[in-house]
Amino acid sequence: MKLTLRIWRQKNAESKGRLVTYPLDNVSPDMSFLEMMDLLNEQLIMKGDEPVAFDNDCREGICGACGLVISGIAHGPLPKTTTCQLHMRHFRDGDEITIEPWRAKAFPIIKDCVVNRSALDRVVIAGGYTSVSAGNAPDGNALLIPKPEAELAMDAAACIGCGACVAACKNASAMLFMSAKVGHLSHLPQGQPEHLSRTRTMVAQMDKEGFGSCTNTYECQAACPKDVSVGFIAELNRGYLAAACKG
Amino acid sequence: MKLDAKIPSGPIEGKWDKYKFDSKLVNPANKRKYDVIVVGTGLGGASAASTLAELGFNVHAFFFHDSPRRAHSIAAQGGINAAKNYQNDGDSVMRLFYDTVKGGDFRSREANVYRLAQVSNAIIDQCVAQGVPFAREYGGYLDNRSFGGAQVSRTFYARGQTGQQLLLGAYQSMLRQVALGRVKLYPRTEMLDLVLVEGAVRGIITRNLFTGAIERHAADAVVLATGGYANVFYLSTNAKASNATAIWRAFKRGAGFANPCYTQIHPTCIPQSGEHQSKLTLMSESLRNDGRVWVPKQKGDQRPPAAIPEGERDYYLERKYPSYGNLAPRDISSRSAKEACDDGRGVGPTGKGVYLDFADSTARLGRDVIFERYGNLFEMYERITDEDPFKQPMRIYPAPHYTMGGLWVDYNLMSTIPGLHVLGEANFSDHGANRLGASALMQGLADGYFIVPYTLSNYLASNKLGKVTIEHPEFKAAEDGVRERTGKLLRLKGKRSVDSLHKELGRVMWEDCGMARTEQSLTRALGKIPALREEFWQNAIVTGSGQELNNELEKAGRVADYFELAELMCQDALQRKESCGGHFRVEYQTPDGEAKRDDDNFSHVSVWEHQGDGKAPVMNKEPLSFETIKLAQRSYK
Repeated sequence: MKLTLRIWRQKNAESKGRLVTYPLDNVSPDMSFLEMMDLLNEQLIMKGDEPVAFDNDCREGICGACGLVISGIAHGPLPKTTTCQLHMRHFRDGDEITIEPWRAKAFPIIKDCVVNRSALDRVVIAGGYTSVSAGNAPDGNALLIPKPEAELAMDAAACIGCGACVAACKNASAMLFMSAKVGHLSHLPQGQPEHLSRTRTMVAQMDKEGFGSCTNTYECQAACPKDVSVGFIAELNRGYLAAACKG
Repeated sequence: MKLDAKIPSGPIEGKWDKYKFDSKLVNPANKRKYDVIVVGTGLGGASAASTLAELGFNVHAFFFHDSPRRAHSIAAQGGINAAKNYQNDGDSVMRLFYDTVKGGDFRSREANVYRLAQVSNAIIDQCVAQGVPFAREYGGYLDNRSFGGAQVSRTFYARGQTGQQLLLGAYQSMLRQVALGRVKLYPRTEMLDLVLVEGAVRGIITRNLFTGAIERHAADAVVLATGGYANVFYLSTNAKASNATAIWRAFKRGAGFANPCYTQIHPTCIPQSGEHQSKLTLMSESLRNDGRVWVPKQKGDQRPPAAIPEGERDYYLERKYPSYGNLAPRDISSRSAKEACDDGRGVGPTGKGVYLDFADSTARLGRDVIFERYGNLFEMYERITDEDPFKQPMRIYPAPHYTMGGLWVDYNLMSTIPGLHVLGEANFSDHGANRLGASALMQGLADGYFIVPYTLSNYLASNKLGKVTIEHPEFKAAEDGVRERTGKLLRLKGKRSVDSLHKELGRVMWEDCGMARTEQSLTRALGKIPALREEFWQNAIVTGSGQELNNELEKAGRVADYFELAELMCQDALQRKESCGGHFRVEYQTPDGEAKRDDDNFSHVSVWEHQGDGKAPVMNKEPLSFETIKLAQRSYK
């Protein structure tokens, strides 16, 4: 396959970026999207140019490190798929593909397509855990958890923290990410004691980081590689209301 | 090098209790006066950081990712073992201990493995309390599945994402301590050297990957939890950035490196599709619970799998190992797949693959049950190969996955450098020559939650450590060394990319130091590797500068270390004139092709000691004695 790539190049956080066009030949349909990027980078290196910087690590769709906006869609056109698991067989010979970083106020660009997502960690630091120290725990079977509840918790916990939901949202809201963490813990008895305080402190931190508000357009759910449901956002809002009423 | 494993005396069941009672404690009010550096935030690192902070120590956690949650532990799929015996099928601490020692082909240290089995149950409890959403049965109780090398069902799991869920548990616990001010995070920071003062570790030198700043950090003790080195093979199931730099720097500073040749080749990975391949993807071993492995009986049979009648299929694992069948341990399963392919009976476009077939189990249990168990794995397989495992059998082939070798540690999990503790895959201690499935997660969390918090406290309480600051001359010397090396890498402006040299090294290692090794192949590799290393230092290209995010510079530093480590792996494999677990020397096998150990001459840990650059390392031995379990030839028939 022969492709025309338009890629966001930006030297560092301070400098201005721009889209640069690169033709690329000999792309195999069996390549992953990132292997296609490797091919381009190998050619750039051989010419003595700087390769395109992009985050990636496990390349099997679980670490959440990778994330490119591919022709306007976070993680590309295939549903429920991270950038690293998108294969070139879903593109056609001669395609023009635009490749950009996640764009959000809370995710400053570091270089090319690499952004800083530490804001998501800070939202978790604000309360995304159960306060249990090693050694405290009762027997694992002392807490019975109905299978459907455990499954719901797992559905939410499947979030890989990639930030695609933020990138896909016109308001750059992190509601899907945050509601997934709150939802994971609120569907388990272990998460109950701190449920309301957690909801309050995490929402406050999210606002402080500069993430936008949710206006229910559900782009986040469409972009989510792990199929996390916007139903968790509704639950979060109910929890937030309860937390606000209780002061 | 003095190797004292410091194993407590007394019967094996009581050693850990005795250790805990005999160890010295740090007064609670004094704990905050100690700084502990933890490098790596996978299961071992994150659990150690959170637990040490809960005890009151000042913890500094370093990781090269943007978030600690991205460590490669996250990719573990299948599960975590524990001796809960919830299934009432005869499990016990003793049985988990026995299975692990036997699975490791009698090349691990009994006392460490017993302790691992002992604390395994507490790990499950801890994780449940954190909110890890383990699979449940309809009654609300925890569910289990079976894994290779065991005849009991003791593996706890969270869909196909157990590593992710356990890591999120540890990560969240660590972030709770960040909120409490007891852990400080250092994201995008790579450790490039250790600093020793008066023989003990007192800090590290790091590079900030965003700004390129080289920085000094002092502490009273250092914990390395930086994972394994399977990326030496280039193509492996490890994440792209997983690397050996931290443990290799420690080796060069005097830490013994144990059993570098013990590498695990995982039997169930998706076969390579072409030269462009950048990594191999594992399909969880749990699939072997319900999948049947087979190849055609006839050599070169090109028919599609559905057209090959039952009678013309060779279910070779069931045939050769009737009692364990498709759940034979990893090393045996991998080698059998290689034998079938070498025999010309491999499947798929490259002939390097075997079938993993779910047709029988789907017919028996129904599509829904199979989908519930493995749905996400099936989807992942289809995404990569464009084939649906419900319509045609999966194709799998072995790939480098885990390294049992690592830095030598004693019972305290302390290396030969005082104060340097090593956890998880980065150490060598628990898995011998072969690791059983679902045991890596168990070890990482055992080390971090329940072992190092005790042993590190004991170290700090038993040693009078003077105050050391980053102004100490040793810090300056180490920093100068890092700057010099970084500069040397940045001056490489040759004609070959770092990746192309890494790929070439990987091919040499896969061919000559992979699943089957011979004196001839290892000698050949030992001839090729130094030449390739020379080529790297003469002819590699490293683009960009040192004052910015520079992936090529990061890669070059890691690959430079692989060239040295690869040579040590081959030397170790060459001297170990026996076959054991993942180390299969073709010259040493039983008449029916199984690994043949030589307990008279090789029942020891091979511990390598650095002698300076350009000098041959020296090998030391820690003898292994088996007092509880009788040495026997492994049999899974």
